[in-house]
Amino acid sequence: MAYLRAFGAYLPTRVVDNAELAAQTGAGAEWIVRSTGIEQRRFAAGHESVASLGVAAAQDCLENAGMSPREVGMLLVACSSAPCRFPGPASSIGTDLGIPGVPAIDLPIASAGSLFGMALAAHLVPAYRNVLVIGTEIMSRVATEGDTAFLFGDGAGACLVSAESGFAEIRDALLSSDAEFADALRLDLAAPLYMEGRTIIMQASRKVPRAITELLHRNRIPPLDVQVFLMHQANLNLIARVAQTVGVPQERFSCNIQRFGNTSSASLLIAAAEWRSQDPSPLAGPAVFAAFGAGLHWGALLAVPKE
Amino acid sequence: MNKQTRITEIVEKLSGKPLAIGADESLFESGVLDSFALTDMVSALEREFSIRIPDSDLTPRKFDSIARIEAYIETHS
Repeated sequence: MAYLRAFGAYLPTRVVDNAELAAQTGAGAEWIVRSTGIEQRRFAAGHESVASLGVAAAQDCLENAGMSPREVGMLLVACSSAPCRFPGPASSIGTDLGIPGVPAIDLPIASAGSLFGMALAAHLVPAYRNVLVIGTEIMSRVATEGDTAFLFGDGAGACLVSAESGFAEIRDALLSSDAEFADALRLDLAAPLYMEGRTIIMQASRKVPRAITELLHRNRIPPLDVQVFLMHQANLNLIARVAQTVGVPQERFSCNIQRFGNTSSASLLIAAAEWRSQDPSPLAGPAVFAAFGAGLHWGALLAVPKE
Repeated sequence: MNKQTRITEIVEKLSGKPLAIGADESLFESGVLDSFALTDMVSALEREFSIRIPDSDLTPRKFDSIARIEAYIETHS
């Protein structure tokens, strides 16, 4: 068995609204809201790093779980905005958490990395007991061009997956990868983030609902029985489209993109942490997590109330 | 009704107004459709022409204008 034990998050303090970005990006504040749902995002301070953001989210998660870092058996760190080709931030996060020696694996999967980490953790907890999944991003340092800069924000989220206990059981996951459109969303060396927005939206609009629907179908769960959907916060219009295609009210999707923008692989866990902090009661029904990102990588994960 | 007329009707239904651009002009650059309407249009084309458009064909380039859509339908129906 694998259980969701706790979530945590860290958001930098600096709030950047659309008006502040308008001069840099050439995009009007109202147009940004209309086309993405984003009203503001957070930017990391100069002294902050993807590792320091990840550590702060991990500490928040462990505190919520009532667990010491020493009880963590493995770290899985999703990050697509690391400052160098290698090493990724995973080993630094482990050391800074005071648990050097604990295996720490980098997952450089933009946007979908945390979902993949959660699914992997569910398979790893029989051996490692407590696997801490972290998504941490400083997108403001890589998405610097006018046509993408307004989309992104910085932040980190964390999820503790445990073999012993938790508020929900991870029942199933459906993960997929396909390089057919790998060039449509990429971060080349020494270049700003590149995205063919229309292609990515078309692919996500099809692949995400299909993954959710197939996952629920094979677990015999009607979409309307799902208590909450937590999705990578890429675009509010995309989330609305996914809700419509799956056949559930948009209100079932927990959203915070309005305040934090797209924080790539961190967004799913930041949204989950906020959801749990607002509603820490026992899970009343299934929860579905879903993400889509560069690669392309996409998928969905099903958690159900503990029996 | 020919294919171009049927495609035009789909586009007009999605945009909510009569199509005021030529068959070769971009539906997106002209503001007739946005990215999300494009996804709806593909679904509507599948229903109207009884075809299955695979994910690998889901690129704006192939559905950027009435003429391109017609060419796609011609080769896939």
